[in-house]
Amino acid sequence: MQLSRDDLKRAYDRMFTIRAFEERVEKEFALGNIPGFAHVYLGQEACGVGVCFDLSDEDYIGSTHRGHGHCIAKGVDVKGMMLEIMGKAGGLCGGKGGSMHIADLSKGMLGANAIVGGAPPLAVGAALTQKYNKTGKVAVAFSGDGAANQGTVFEALNMAVVLKVPAIFVFENNGYGEHTHVSYACGAPSIAERVHSFGMPCEVVDGMDFFAVREAMLRALEHARGGQGPYALELRCKRFLGHFVGDPQAYRTAEELAEARAADALPRFRRGVVDAGLLSEEDFDAIETQVLALIEDAVEAAIAAPFPDPARDLTRDVYVRYA
Amino acid sequence: MSKKTYLQAINEAVRQEMRRDPRVFVIGEDVAGGQGATGEPGGVGSVFGQMQGLYKEFGPERVIDTPISESAIIGAAAGAALTGLRPVAEMMFVDFVGVCFDQIYNQAAKFRYMFGGKATTPMVLRTTVGAGFRAAAQHSQTLHPLFTMVPGLKVVMPSSPYDAKGLLIQAIRDDDPVIFLESKFLFGMEGEVPDEPYRIPFGEANVVREGKHLTFVAFGAMVPRAVAAAEALAKEGVQVEVVDPRTTSPLDEDTILESVAKTGRLVVIDESPPRCSMAADIAGLVADKGFRSLKAPIKQVTCPHTPVPFSPTLEDEYLPTPRRIEEAARAVLAHT
Repeated sequence: MQLSRDDLKRAYDRMFTIRAFEERVEKEFALGNIPGFAHVYLGQEACGVGVCFDLSDEDYIGSTHRGHGHCIAKGVDVKGMMLEIMGKAGGLCGGKGGSMHIADLSKGMLGANAIVGGAPPLAVGAALTQKYNKTGKVAVAFSGDGAANQGTVFEALNMAVVLKVPAIFVFENNGYGEHTHVSYACGAPSIAERVHSFGMPCEVVDGMDFFAVREAMLRALEHARGGQGPYALELRCKRFLGHFVGDPQAYRTAEELAEARAADALPRFRRGVVDAGLLSEEDFDAIETQVLALIEDAVEAAIAAPFPDPARDLTRDVYVRYA
Repeated sequence: MSKKTYLQAINEAVRQEMRRDPRVFVIGEDVAGGQGATGEPGGVGSVFGQMQGLYKEFGPERVIDTPISESAIIGAAAGAALTGLRPVAEMMFVDFVGVCFDQIYNQAAKFRYMFGGKATTPMVLRTTVGAGFRAAAQHSQTLHPLFTMVPGLKVVMPSSPYDAKGLLIQAIRDDDPVIFLESKFLFGMEGEVPDEPYRIPFGEANVVREGKHLTFVAFGAMVPRAVAAAEALAKEGVQVEVVDPRTTSPLDEDTILESVAKTGRLVVIDESPPRCSMAADIAGLVADKGFRSLKAPIKQVTCPHTPVPFSPTLEDEYLPTPRRIEEAARAVLAHT
C-alpha cells in the first residue's frame, strides 16, 4: 500500500523519536538520573514502528522488558514516559512501574512486561475480548527471540489457534536473549518454523526495513481482522547495545557490532525515501530538529518533576477497593 | 429460599451473573467438555460439575473450553479482564498453580499498582482445594496462604452453600482479581440458599456460633469441623465462639480481635502446613493487637509440615482432626 508524504514523515518521526529517546535514556542513565536499570530499543526502531503503523488506539499491544520503542510506536506520550522512567509522580504510572512496566491503556498499550514471555498469554485474552465484542480490532504480542523459548508462549500460540482469536505474535529476533545467541538457545531451525508448526502463518521479515515490516503487518492484519485467527511475524533485527544499558558486550565481536550499525534502519529509510524523491533532506532535518527539542523538553520536565510522596502514594492503588 | 448444595450454589451464582452481565464468561478445561469428541459437547460442566448446564444455556462463545494450558487460561483471563471483559476462569485443582503462578502474582495481581491505578483486572479464578479424598500430594492442597500474601489479590474461602453463592457473586462483580477457593469437601453440603442473587461483602467475618469461653477461628472446610468440635465441647458446658473470616484477603481483623477480647482464649484451625499459614498469621495478629485480652497462649491446629499423604490412615491424621481441635481447646482452657 502506497504511503503518502505525511505517512512517511510520521514513520520517520516515530523511528527517530525512539532513536533520540533511547540515546537520551543511555545518557541520563550514565548521569544517574534513571534509577534501576534500562533496556533500550536502539537498532529495532523499524520493527515497532512498522508493526504499530496501521494500528488504532483501540488495537492492543503487549510489550517486553525492552518496551520504550513499542510505547512510542503506539503513540504513548514521550514526556509521561520520561517522567515514569525517572520514577516521578507525574509519570504515566505515577512512578510505580518504571522502565519495565510503562503502560497506557488509553493508547491500547497493555504494558511493558519484565517477565520474558509475558505478553503472549495476555494478548490472547485481549484478542479474545475483540472477538467476544466483535470489534474488528486485534491484539499484538511483542516478544523477543528469548521469549520464543518460554513455555507460556507455546501455550499462548496454541490457545490462540484453538480459540481462533485475532492475535498477532511478533517475534523480534535481535539475535540475543540477554547474553546468549539465538543459534544456541533455539533448538528449532528458526522461530518461524516452530511457530508455524502451531498452526498459524509465520513470515520471516527483514526487521531493519520499515517497509517490509509494515507490509507484512498489513497481511497479518488482513488475516486476523478477517476472522482467520492468529498470525505471526519473525522480524530479524539488530540490537545495537547490550542486554541492558551498561552491558559491556564482551561476548560480541567488534565486526558483529559494526555490521549491526551498518544495517541501521533509519539512514536506510531516509536514503530510500530521498532517492525516490518523496521527501527532501530538509524534510528529514526538520523532523529531527523537532524531535530533539521534544526529547529535551521531556528530560528537563522529568528532572524537575517531584518524586511520589510515600505518605500519599506508597500504599495507594493496590486494589480498586479493599474491604 | 430453598435447600441447595454448595455445588448448586456455585453453579447458580455463575449462571445468574452470566444472565445479568454479558461481559461475564467462563473459561477453563472441560467447563463444557466433549469439544471435538464424537458425541455432543457440554455434558461435563467442570470435573466436579460446578459449571453444569451453562454451555447449554450460553453456548461456546461464553463457556469456553481450553487446552490443558493453565498459563494461557489465566493469562488470557487477565488480558481479557484488562480490556473490558469479566472472566470467570477455572483451574481444575489449586495444585496446578505451580505451572501458571506467574500469570496470577506477577501479572493480574500487579497491573493496578504497577500501572499507577489506571488499570482494573476484574477476573475471578475459581479453583478447588482440600484434602481427604485419597487424591495424594498433587491434588489435595489448599494453598490459600500462597495467594493471601500477594498484594493485589483477594482470596475467598466459602464454608457453606449460602456463603458460596453470595461470595461468588461479589467476586464476579468485584473490580479486583479474586481467587475463589471451592472446598471439594463441601460440594455436597446442603443449606438454605436464596433463589435471587445476593452479595456478601469481602472482609466481613461471619460469627457462625457465639460463645464466651473460647474463640475458634477457621476457614473453608475447617469451619464445619470447628463447629462440630464446639458442639462437642458445649456438652461439657464450654461455650465456644466460632469465627469464619470468609476471606483471608481482605481479613476482618476487628471481628477476630473483638471475639478474643470477649473470650480471652484463641485456637486457630487451618488446613495448611504450619509455617506461614493463616493460623500463624492470625496468631501474630492477636499477639500484636490483642495481647492484653489473652488469658492463655494461642494454639494453632494445622496440618503437619509434610506433603499430603495418600494412604487413608495417614491422610486422616494429616488434616486437623476433631480430636486435635478438642485437645487444643482443652489445653487453652486449662491454662490459668
